[in-house]
Amino acid sequence: MENMKEKEQMKSLEDIFEAKIARDEKIEPKDWMPEKYRKTHIRQISQHAHSEIVGMLPEGNWITRAPSLRRKVALLAKVQDEAGHGLYLYSACETLGISREELYHQLHSGKAKYSSIFNYPTLTWADIGAIGWLVDGAAIINQVPLCSTSFGPYARAMVRVCKEESFHQRQGYEIMMTLCNGTQEQKDMAQDALNRWWWPSLMMLGPTDDESTHTEQSMKWKLKRKTNDELRQQFIDQTVPQADILGLKVPDEDLKYNNETGHYDFGEIDWEEFWQVVKGHGMCNKERISARKNAWDKGEWVRDAAIAYADKQTEKEVKEAV
Amino acid sequence: MKKNWPLWEVFVRSKNGLEHRHFGSLHAPDADMALKNARDVYTRRSEGVSIWVVESKNIKASNPDENGEMFEPAADKAYRHPTFYELPDDIEHM
Repeated sequence: MENMKEKEQMKSLEDIFEAKIARDEKIEPKDWMPEKYRKTHIRQISQHAHSEIVGMLPEGNWITRAPSLRRKVALLAKVQDEAGHGLYLYSACETLGISREELYHQLHSGKAKYSSIFNYPTLTWADIGAIGWLVDGAAIINQVPLCSTSFGPYARAMVRVCKEESFHQRQGYEIMMTLCNGTQEQKDMAQDALNRWWWPSLMMLGPTDDESTHTEQSMKWKLKRKTNDELRQQFIDQTVPQADILGLKVPDEDLKYNNETGHYDFGEIDWEEFWQVVKGHGMCNKERISARKNAWDKGEWVRDAAIAYADKQTEKEVKEAV
Repeated sequence: MKKNWPLWEVFVRSKNGLEHRHFGSLHAPDADMALKNARDVYTRRSEGVSIWVVESKNIKASNPDENGEMFEPAADKAYRHPTFYELPDDIEHM
């Protein structure tokens, strides 16, 4: 009997909560929320933060080998932004009652996921161009709707992220542009990068709608405004003309503009590859995680020294005050 | 690992004449490092001219579950607003 009453109360709390979101009111960290909302948000925001942090690795690989000082400062700034984006998102996630240490632990132990795209290697300088153009392009499409998501701290972090992201895409496209206006060898390099990054970029927008398990709930909570397939179509429609301007060929034999729908029709995505990478069998999964762990473990003495210094300063102040 | 770096709240004044506004939070070992980290994390594109940091544990926050007791007393005091008072339509400068 008691139990029934409790359940009813919970149900009405949840109804009030859902109505609040439907009215476009924001949820703030100390507000009551269903446990499922909290957990889903911890999962998604942390996954997003981890993607920013791991995303620094494939690009960081090219900082020392950037072809000019102009390219080098731009790439450094982009990678630094990604660190910043990771930090905004981690602190947004912490407002839900999980500690930073626990979040790192989940990444390092493989419990938490990050975007699979970062498990592909960056083989040539053109990959830096392709990442900015395609990967950041797909990320923008994913992220813009999140600026109006229901959880206040996440929405605010996303506003800041989106403002900074457009430079990333433009610097990538400019790299591609320069290569495509260069020697045949440079143009081939750009084409090769597009060939390798095109399909993984399409996969970045998530499994197809009939395979996607969280869509309905996520739509209600405004974690999603459009389905994965809609976002993917939007990405293809806006990116193909950009490839045409570069004079590059999108590596899809079935890609064709459909006059009736006003969209591009495109070929089958190799979802088997996607799931393999998600499950940890991508080209760089092990390398990425071990680089993160390594950075964290080897930085421990620095973190300890900094806190020891801070404690010592506090002691000194107390003594002086006495 | 001896001790984790505490959490700090960051407030930024975008330009003189505006108040400091909450921008987000970060971890740092002490106040000086928190300020420096805040500069790098929250003002990479000249978003501020002044930063405050305060350790999060020093903030006492009101509880939204008690918003009734906390804020409702103001709801029935319409006489605190100028529109409560009835004046002739043709009166000016008031």
